[in-house]
Amino acid sequence: MTAKLRAPGWYRSGLFLLLGIAFSWVLVGVGRLAMDYPNAWTDGEAITTVSLIAAPLFFLVGLGCFDYWFYWASGRPTRAEDHSSHGAESWKDYFRVNTDHKVIGIQYICTSFFFMFVGGLIAMLMRAELAQPGMQFVDTATFNGLFSVHAALLIFLFVIPIFAGIANYVLPLMIGAPDMAFPRLNALSFWLLPVAGVMLSASFFAPGGAFASGWTAYAPLSTEMPLGQVFFTVGVQFAGAASIATALNFLVTIITMRAPGMSFFRMPLLVWANFATSLLVVIATPFIAASQFFVLLDRALGFNFFDAFVGAGKDGSVLMYQHVFWFYSHPAVYIMMLPGFGIISEIISVKARKPIFGYRMMAFSLLAIVVLGFTVWAHHMFVSGMHAWIRVPMMITTAIIAVPTGIKIFSWLATMWRGVLRLDTPMLFALGFLTTFTLGGISGVMLAMIPFDIYVSDTYFIVAHIHYVLFGGSMLTIFAGIYYWFPKMTGRMYDERLGKIHFWATFVFFNVTFAPMHLLGLDGMPRRVADYAEQYATLNLLVTIASFMLGLSMLVFLYNMVASWRGGPRAAANPWRALTLEWQVSSPPPIFNFDAVPTVVGGPYEYGVPGAVHGIFQSPAEAKPTTAGSVATSPTRE
Amino acid sequence: MRRHPVAQMVIVGAIASAIGIVIALVIDWFPADAAEQAGPIDTLYDVLMIVSVPVFVLVTTVTLFAVWRFRMRPGQENEDGPPIHGNTRLEVIWTAVPAILLVSLCSYAYAVLVDIEEKHDDQLVVHVTGQQFAWRYRYPQPGGRAIETTALVLPKDRPVLFKVHAEDVIHDFWVPAFRVKIDAVPGITTEVRATPTKLGRYPVVCAELCGLGHAVMRSSVRVVTPAAYDRWLQEQTAPAGGEATGGATAGGEGEAGGGGGADLAALGRETFVSNCGSCHTLADAGTSGAAGPDLTTALRGQDEATLREDIVAPDARITEGYQAGVMPDNFAETLSAEQIDGLVAYLASVSR
Repeated sequence: MTAKLRAPGWYRSGLFLLLGIAFSWVLVGVGRLAMDYPNAWTDGEAITTVSLIAAPLFFLVGLGCFDYWFYWASGRPTRAEDHSSHGAESWKDYFRVNTDHKVIGIQYICTSFFFMFVGGLIAMLMRAELAQPGMQFVDTATFNGLFSVHAALLIFLFVIPIFAGIANYVLPLMIGAPDMAFPRLNALSFWLLPVAGVMLSASFFAPGGAFASGWTAYAPLSTEMPLGQVFFTVGVQFAGAASIATALNFLVTIITMRAPGMSFFRMPLLVWANFATSLLVVIATPFIAASQFFVLLDRALGFNFFDAFVGAGKDGSVLMYQHVFWFYSHPAVYIMMLPGFGIISEIISVKARKPIFGYRMMAFSLLAIVVLGFTVWAHHMFVSGMHAWIRVPMMITTAIIAVPTGIKIFSWLATMWRGVLRLDTPMLFALGFLTTFTLGGISGVMLAMIPFDIYVSDTYFIVAHIHYVLFGGSMLTIFAGIYYWFPKMTGRMYDERLGKIHFWATFVFFNVTFAPMHLLGLDGMPRRVADYAEQYATLNLLVTIASFMLGLSMLVFLYNMVASWRGGPRAAANPWRALTLEWQVSSPPPIFNFDAVPTVVGGPYEYGVPGAVHGIFQSPAEAKPTTAGSVATSPTRE
Repeated sequence: MRRHPVAQMVIVGAIASAIGIVIALVIDWFPADAAEQAGPIDTLYDVLMIVSVPVFVLVTTVTLFAVWRFRMRPGQENEDGPPIHGNTRLEVIWTAVPAILLVSLCSYAYAVLVDIEEKHDDQLVVHVTGQQFAWRYRYPQPGGRAIETTALVLPKDRPVLFKVHAEDVIHDFWVPAFRVKIDAVPGITTEVRATPTKLGRYPVVCAELCGLGHAVMRSSVRVVTPAAYDRWLQEQTAPAGGEATGGATAGGEGEAGGGGGADLAALGRETFVSNCGSCHTLADAGTSGAAGPDLTTALRGQDEATLREDIVAPDARITEGYQAGVMPDNFAETLSAEQIDGLVAYLASVSR
């Protein structure tokens, strides 16, 4: 038993978790005693707040995330080269600190899908309540908690991390690297994620209920909320830290670990997309961390950031919260969309058997979105009461950011034109994405127009728009990517028939669920309400029924994934006849990805070019006389 | 006869766009309009639809055509498409055309913005204060005391400047029929303009999440003729004149009886209609709010002390099926002592 408690793992992490809570209790007690505060040892709220910050760190130490660094820092012998924490041989290896990017990728994906199902079930509870006017199942406090936790889970624990997970698995393979640049940091950033997820979900058990100020947590509503709010405030810090660490890891990996011959303009667009996303994450995410620290300080220590009652001598600024918050949270929309763009580029090129149309513009438009993405945040604040003139430049940049997005959509269409389209599940999701995301983009441009936004801001039109972008956009690309790389990740083929059923059910019921919300919003139904006026009853009932069907369609997906992973037919190394490097190794790939370092000799999408190769497994010196000549004469863009 | 696929697509796309635009223009998307601001905004929406429909049709048509014409047929399993890497002219077109289109839309939207926010000299200024979970209004009077009420009444065809404040958290003052909204933000005063053009009663909605009772923070605005508005203003100032008589019994802790009681109850009824009726139904007062308990039945048999507590400390006792924290708990401050006495007397008289 002692040995188990000393070795890194779940026993030690449990012990450390208790230690962390004890530590917080003592810290609060001593602090309050020193300050002569009442209830020094029994103030549950203070103890919980400090525990939420400290206990997860103790837990991660117990789990072994920091072992190597601690050994190194204290001068003890490190376990550098035995690779005992690398790769997975049984399912148990997925439940420990693992430094293999492929294992971490799967850990990310499964964790994210777990929280997607939690968040989806929460959405159904909400829809059940909204099926009829009046209150039926939950009270308004619970309802406000439901939509807040729903959004927080699906944004911070599903869309953002699952893209990090897919890229974690695929990206090092795509650039011909044996792993990520910082494998231990990679492991740590994954394990921060379940911590954040458990914290957000557990807020329902806090006295006073879950945080109920929306995922936007606008102050001063959030600074006055019961204890549940702290679960959000602190949980977001862990998710954000995970995000930043992973983004740094991707940047360094992409810049330093590309295979010989892979210039920036020979990188697959998925790599480009994650490069752009990581730039956004590294620059923007500290801002949401700051905004939530402000809330925490206001709430826990009586700071005065957002307390604005001039009459009472308070001079905080309520609008500052929104500026800082949206300076992250608008780029976050692109953090949740650019990796999806990368996935779609891979799939459409491979499945249409044609080179991606306008490769360089596809790459540059990603960078344009990164730059423009930082100049549009205040379009969330057209009715916030900020200075009126700020609205106008923000309207123009918001409209202009549709241009690079349009370039991508038109280029995908041109890529398909005259191709030989394989209409299997990944491609269907890609095509579904094209149409629904276009709708989301159009309603986005409409919302950029200030007078129209003044009317529909904070209505169901916004709910419809965000779901067309994040479900019709991000979610469909996630499904496309999961089906596309499923053979590579698991070494098994998924069931094509079930995949198609999943697609059609999702596509149809997605639209029936979210399209009517446009109408509700235009007709004047505000969002985030537990109850609504009688006139909206019919459409709301329709939406509720469709949302349940949409939920059922996810069970088809779940069954397909589980059953195919357990017993699907073995997948070939390259079932899609793709050129990118991840398909040139076995499915699943060997533990260090490549037995020989690949050399990249051409672009990643040379479909239709006779004899074209992207990478070869020979040294550059050997490669030159044989293969490179034939590629160099082929009509590439250069 | 087989036409060129691009020509076919253009024809199908044009027809689909035309149908889409007609549908978009025929459907009545918005609730009733009752302000000058509604016209330009609704037209802007129509223009946006006219531009948006062809864009959506374009993407959908090309996608469907690609699926129909270029899908893999049996025997093509190993075939690839032609290695087309790009076309600079096409790429310039689909960068420049959307950019020009978007900048034009922005210019138009800016013109609409200037139009709906135009300042007027003869404007009526109304102060709006949001609190959890009700709206209060203040009408400054030239040379006199401002009128405080929870009923929003506006004269037709007079531009109104709403100056919006918040008592506790952020709210959002929204009249869907006027098409405009603005956040009520603690610490600052925000402004929004509307010129009511149609008589009638329209919903006032809180559009920014403000806590437990956000969903029920609904009331209404009444647009009346200028003459009726002036009459209403006078009625509002009248109780101030009756204050002297009400004040005499104010110290009596609701022990009002005899002749003074009738006056007090009348004041109470008036106070109820303008302060409580948007949330509470009460048959005698003719109100039909649904956010709080129906007082026609809920008050049966309560004594005056209980009634007073219900008003000034609403969370002390909660009717089953309703929640604490929804009804404002500051009526002791926002209503005068005689108004509360009046309310107690009135409610006691109707709950017997």
